[in-house]
Amino acid sequence: MTEQGIRFIAMLLYIVGAPIIGGLLDGLDRKISARMQGRKGPSILQPFYDVAKLTQKQLLAVNKFQLLMVMSYLFFVILSGVLFFGGFDILMCFFSLSTAAMFLILASTSTHSPFSTIGTHREMAQMMSYEPMELLTAVGFYLATGTFAVSDIVQAKYPAIMFAPGFFIGFIFVLTIKFRKSPFDLSTTHHAHQEVVKGVTTEMVGIEYAVTTVTEWYENVFLLGVVALFFINSNPISYLVAAVAVLVVFFIEILIDNTSARVKWQLMLKMAWGVTLVTGGLNLFILELIKR
Amino acid sequence: MDTLALLATALICLPFVMAIFPAVIKVSKVRSTIVYICGAIVAVLAVITAGMWFMNGGTAITFDLPYTGVFDKIILIGDFLLMFLIIYLSIRHHKAIISLLSIVQTFLVAGIELFGPEAADTLHIRIDWLTFIMILIIGVIGVAIGIYAVGYMHGYHIHHHKEVPDHRSFFFAMIFVFYGAMFGLVLSMSLIWLYFFWEITSVCSFLLIGYTGTQEAIDNSFKALWMNLLGGLGIAVAIAYAICVQGTVNLYDVIDLAILGGQGSAALLPIAMLAFAALTKSAQFPFSGWLLGAMVAPTPSSALLHSATMVKAGVYLLVRLSLAMNGNYVGQMVYLCGGFTFFVASCLAISQSDGKKVLAYSTISNLGLIVACAGAGYQETIWAAVFLIMFHAVSKSMLFQCVGAIENTTGSRDIEDMEGLAVRYPKLAFILMVGIAGMFLAPFGMLVSKWAALKAFVDAPSTLMVLFIVFGSSTTMFYWTKWFAKILGIHASKGRDITKPNEYISMYFHAVLLIALCVGFPFISKYVIEPLMKDMYGFSNAVISEGNIAIMVIMICAIFIVPSINYLLTKNRNDKTVMVYMGGANTGDNKNFIDAAGESKELQVSNWYMTNWFGEDKLFKPAIIVGVLIIVIFMCVVIGGAI
Amino acid sequence: MKNIHKSPWLLHYDGSSCNGCDIEVLACATPVYDVERFGVVNTGNPMHADIFLVTGGINSQNEEVVRQIYEQMPNPKVVVAVGTCACTGGIFKECYNIKGGVDTVIPVDIYVPGCAARPESIIDGVVKAVALFQKKHEQKLLEENGKESK
Repeated sequence: MTEQGIRFIAMLLYIVGAPIIGGLLDGLDRKISARMQGRKGPSILQPFYDVAKLTQKQLLAVNKFQLLMVMSYLFFVILSGVLFFGGFDILMCFFSLSTAAMFLILASTSTHSPFSTIGTHREMAQMMSYEPMELLTAVGFYLATGTFAVSDIVQAKYPAIMFAPGFFIGFIFVLTIKFRKSPFDLSTTHHAHQEVVKGVTTEMVGIEYAVTTVTEWYENVFLLGVVALFFINSNPISYLVAAVAVLVVFFIEILIDNTSARVKWQLMLKMAWGVTLVTGGLNLFILELIKR
Repeated sequence: MDTLALLATALICLPFVMAIFPAVIKVSKVRSTIVYICGAIVAVLAVITAGMWFMNGGTAITFDLPYTGVFDKIILIGDFLLMFLIIYLSIRHHKAIISLLSIVQTFLVAGIELFGPEAADTLHIRIDWLTFIMILIIGVIGVAIGIYAVGYMHGYHIHHHKEVPDHRSFFFAMIFVFYGAMFGLVLSMSLIWLYFFWEITSVCSFLLIGYTGTQEAIDNSFKALWMNLLGGLGIAVAIAYAICVQGTVNLYDVIDLAILGGQGSAALLPIAMLAFAALTKSAQFPFSGWLLGAMVAPTPSSALLHSATMVKAGVYLLVRLSLAMNGNYVGQMVYLCGGFTFFVASCLAISQSDGKKVLAYSTISNLGLIVACAGAGYQETIWAAVFLIMFHAVSKSMLFQCVGAIENTTGSRDIEDMEGLAVRYPKLAFILMVGIAGMFLAPFGMLVSKWAALKAFVDAPSTLMVLFIVFGSSTTMFYWTKWFAKILGIHASKGRDITKPNEYISMYFHAVLLIALCVGFPFISKYVIEPLMKDMYGFSNAVISEGNIAIMVIMICAIFIVPSINYLLTKNRNDKTVMVYMGGANTGDNKNFIDAAGESKELQVSNWYMTNWFGEDKLFKPAIIVGVLIIVIFMCVVIGGAI
Repeated sequence: MKNIHKSPWLLHYDGSSCNGCDIEVLACATPVYDVERFGVVNTGNPMHADIFLVTGGINSQNEEVVRQIYEQMPNPKVVVAVGTCACTGGIFKECYNIKGGVDTVIPVDIYVPGCAARPESIIDGVVKAVALFQKKHEQKLLEENGKESK
């Protein structure tokens, strides 16, 4: 098969498969979390039941703009994922992801609701916390493999993790923020306990909330794809290693989620930027010294 | 060739002549008409000149104006006239010490010119791709601001600020002088000419900032004056060095000598001095204070200073010098200064709620990125810098005009008061949103520039710069997003829009221009920027791959099309409307709730400003200290290397 | 999509009560009872809720609040009154500020008696509510289909 064909299939697989994988991972998350808390927990398919139910609910409009914005949010997240799995420029994927995040913010803020406004600002603080590391991760790939293009990164001789362990740790750290896991589930959370009602998603009803949930699945699969990219190289076995690594990372995130208490945004910002500087910055500095 | 020389002459001289009309005509209506006509003439002239040069094949050409000797004399006299003006004004306002700067540099330049060694004869005018872009920016954006100013200043004096003495004649005269000076600045290849026009822009901006005549305005105008004069002094020293040591007054010779000399050579000295001047003009830390102070002036002058002229003079010069700065200490000074400014100014912008203040910090921050790109001097970064200059000129001019119109309409330019603008004043909100999107949203100018800059600084390699860019881009995102978010949102009533049609003409024109820039960006890259690269470097690589260009075009289209399609899809839904959730305590609408005392109370939602983290009192002084340190240390290194 | 009974999300509102039922409702979410195994999520937001669980009676303060929250829940929705106070006003019924049970303000579908209601009976009530939730949805689908076939 030609390279073009593989790319095309990867994109298609992402569009079709990401919600399935994302939903299953979400279900797994809830199951494991329940077991960690000594409960039986819901079925692993529970997220799909939830989304199916949400689509069946009546839509109450708080503001007509909201549905429009939420759908644009979905589009841009899918675009980021498609660009990533299609093997395009990884920096572009992250830029597209920030654009998507902005639509989520516009969706929640358009309601003038006190709860979603608080969520919006926390979401923005979260964005400010994770974005530097996100962009640095792309830089890390560039330094490790000499290219931003995902299609070339996977062809590299050595996996990126060998040169960019610092970037990897930093990325895992901000992944906790992106996955909306405690201690950084400031803007909204997946759990029964509430965060100032429901943060950014407070005013999203029925289909709107369903779209947001599915969008998060797409996003999670994309982000886990980036985790996998750290391990993948021209050796076919590396795909297996990457899959294991993704599962391990996912488990660690669940563990962090269940063992830590929520922090204030100030601490989040301080920690995220600090970790970014120490892990990402140091790794960057060392790689550049070596390159010299 | 001859026609081009004539056109260039007209471009430089006509605005100065035209400045006389608004200055002497006191009847408001007649003056407005004259300003429209003269503005149109300037714009048409600029476009014709640029087009003519483009038709001629688009290669760099150098020539002299007719009667160059006369011009030389005029400029020499002009230098002294400016000096006397500065001395007079600074003594009148008890700030005589500032005039010392002017006296020193004027006598330095004039003395060297008259009594110093004979510099090699040189041609005075050069048009190349960079000049071409600058002429279009000044001619088109600058004039649009002038047209906007007619309506705005009318409202300003008649309705909103009756306490301010009406000196509109003076105001419009200054605007035309500004055009002339800017055209002269970008066309000159003689350093002495450049210096003269540079000084005119300094003095003009000084006069415009002090327009209202309040104590604050006067203080700020003098702040702008001394900082810009300090930069002027830098050019004066560069001229002195160039004539005495290198025997030339040609900017391009100076640049070539520096490229030949390389790291540690004495030829870097004038480059360092010129770069220093450019840093003051483009308001980089530690010289950012003057641009923030410039906010006291009426909005059109802010728009003029921030977008098409003044600050662009600084970055124009830096892009010119970029070849000579690539990979040496001067370049490092410039890009560190720029990168640091990009980051700190965007942090500072977070803590501001005054719309114009946010715009001011964003200008400083954005210019920081341009300066950093120019300082690095790689092909990618120059490519990014030129793009940023264009995008920034259009969107910033539009934003200033829009905030000015909002202030006139609602009586406030505070971001907190722009709540629900999309419902209250949809037209103004639309323009504001396009402008803000143009400033930071992924598919627009910032994206391509950030991409190119990041790649270049990773290659450079410069760890510090990469960190500045990634952190700066996250803070940039924050302050724009929260403004953008504020504009949307439910608000009860629709307001009466009192924005003048001529203001709208200018604003819509900008909106169309911005969207055209976005959509046409692959073509601009191919037909304008790539030849520019070829001009500068002798060769040109495709900076950005075709795949990425395709992605960007897709994103640009998507950002307009996707919400529109979604709008059409959702438009006809008849969903039941409910109130927002306030714990069930709404009192019948989305704006009021029942408080603890059982009474109805209005809901206030406010943006975050994080003043404990990013406030001016926390960051401004340290930022100035760091800025001074960067410049002083690198200056020492450059001068030390030269000796 | 016909089946929606696998994902009933609760909204719990505590009216004028002694907080006994309130605590028992929360007990349902603990590992001992673990209602989440039925897909129940205890959401705090009416916009996301399917089942409105009210403990405690209605007084003049919370009357409007209960009505608003009910309004803000999208259809189909089920209301469960948990505990004697929510059912009838209970021990507080004669108080000057008490209006009575939840059904004085909004239509109640399921009544769960008890003072305080035991977690088992609360879960039982929720399971009944889930069945009704599914039934209401099916009815709505039927009506829509009826409209289309006409």
